[in-house]
Amino acid sequence: MTVLIIDRCGPGTSIQDGGRFGQQRFGLGPSGAMDRDGLAIANMLVGNPADLAAIEFLMIGGTLRCEGGPARLALAGAVMPVSIGSRKIPPHESVTLVPGETLAIGAALPGTFGYLAVCGGFAIPQSLGSHSLHVRAGIGGLDGRLLRDGDRLPLACDTPCGADLRLAQAPAPNTDPIRVLLGPQADCFSAEGLETFLGSEYTISNQADRMGYRLSGPTIAHARGYNIVSDGIATGAIQVPGTGEPIVLMADRQTTGGYPKIATIISADLPRFAQKRPGERIRFAAVTHEEAVAAARRRAERLAALRRSLQACGEPSLDSERLLSLNLVDGVVAGDP
Amino acid sequence: MTASNVRFLDQGDCGLVVEFGEEIDPQINARVLALDAAVNAAKPVGFIETVPTYRSLLVQVDPLVFDRAAFIAWVESILPGLDVAVAEPRRWRVPVVYGGTYGFDLDDVAATHGISSAEVIARHSSAIYRVYMLGFMPGLAYLGGLDPRLATPRRRDPRLMTPAGIVSIGGVQALIASLAMPSGWHLLGRTPVRAFHPRRDPVFLFTPGDEIVFDPIGAERWDALDKAGEAGEILAELVAR
Repeated sequence: MTVLIIDRCGPGTSIQDGGRFGQQRFGLGPSGAMDRDGLAIANMLVGNPADLAAIEFLMIGGTLRCEGGPARLALAGAVMPVSIGSRKIPPHESVTLVPGETLAIGAALPGTFGYLAVCGGFAIPQSLGSHSLHVRAGIGGLDGRLLRDGDRLPLACDTPCGADLRLAQAPAPNTDPIRVLLGPQADCFSAEGLETFLGSEYTISNQADRMGYRLSGPTIAHARGYNIVSDGIATGAIQVPGTGEPIVLMADRQTTGGYPKIATIISADLPRFAQKRPGERIRFAAVTHEEAVAAARRRAERLAALRRSLQACGEPSLDSERLLSLNLVDGVVAGDP
Repeated sequence: MTASNVRFLDQGDCGLVVEFGEEIDPQINARVLALDAAVNAAKPVGFIETVPTYRSLLVQVDPLVFDRAAFIAWVESILPGLDVAVAEPRRWRVPVVYGGTYGFDLDDVAATHGISSAEVIARHSSAIYRVYMLGFMPGLAYLGGLDPRLATPRRRDPRLMTPAGIVSIGGVQALIASLAMPSGWHLLGRTPVRAFHPRRDPVFLFTPGDEIVFDPIGAERWDALDKAGEAGEILAELVAR
């Protein structure tokens, strides 16, 4: 059996997949990858389904080896340098690691969460239908805990089939405002409060983790107190406690809460928001429900287009193909007396 | 009830909240649970899961395939005929060690209300509670049905950490905690029952709509019961209503 060995990793390293669903009615949040786009891209580069479990690195990378057989690996999400010995692996390419080699992953810049997918995924048990680690509940991941130096992860696939892959086009960077749908408790805020929220710049504070990102910036005025009778929370909900500074609830969030939620980040922008680091500044922009659904559709189409653009690493890229054809034409012209 | 009492509120493009009211009320909660059962039975296209709470139902969906307008129309059409009677709620008897290191605040609560600690225990353990919702932590049960004479405002200064299994009160509510957590509620006692145990079947013990009665037990039984609970024994008993 092929085993992936983690020689070294940072303190926030965990196994995450597309999330655990169906348990929120019992108070257990979904967990799952903070950046589902990053997870999907890492997985497509090794030929996996989009939501298969991968290793989630938090800002700090690590070093890994394999034993018993080769392993095809790919990193996506945060930009983290990947190398095997002196060989640098370009971004958005999978690579086959063989026993005896060490894969080194450097620190993230920019971005926060990097995803290392492995062809076929890990041969470890699921917990309540998911591999995602939920730290406080002690379930998922490897033995219900964060990964640490020396951990051994058995792989589901002994020998990767097919070729290493790369994306012909890199995912486009996006610095637009983070789009939100107002509510469900927008009516708990004054008109000035809503104006402050949508018109101001907010900074990701140091109190940012998988449960939630506390933002610092202009305080948002409530219209009628800051306590509501607890109701359900969706990922990306922005609650505003008595301090007036917003908290965005993320993958490891609680399932219910008693602070009013002024708005909710739309699903298409959650991955981009999750990659923001403490100190980074953001703005919010309100969209309609129809616009949010259209954005979700475009996001799905973008991921499908990336998947279609995959090509084997040995093949020339579209760009070099085009260059080659241009050169051929040039050659013909040049050869014409 | 008429559909006009109900509000439909977006929580992003993946969540739709059906809100029945803004207060803690057994009738409102009964409607939430009835709609919860109906939605989970109907499983509309794009439906992922629901989170029933005191007063609203959060319906989580895949926005790429969920038909929001059709869902709202369907909910409005079934609301008038919604059967709010829970068919046969289960009633659990939950053992509790009250006071001392198990319930730091028992004596303070007694002093606040000018009664003895024994009277607090008697009032707390003679009520029949209803699980309004599970939330905040895995398996944590929010209960309605506290004797109004025990209603106590939450602590001004929340504790940064309280142990697993705490049985506490806050305002007019009561709760059974699952894991260790910060809390501003008043700790009356502790139960060896694991409301959440990841290596037990069932993983979660209580479900919204269940009834709970508390059974005071002596501190000398704690160690054995706590060990049994950790090993996966349920300890809470289903009793006749």
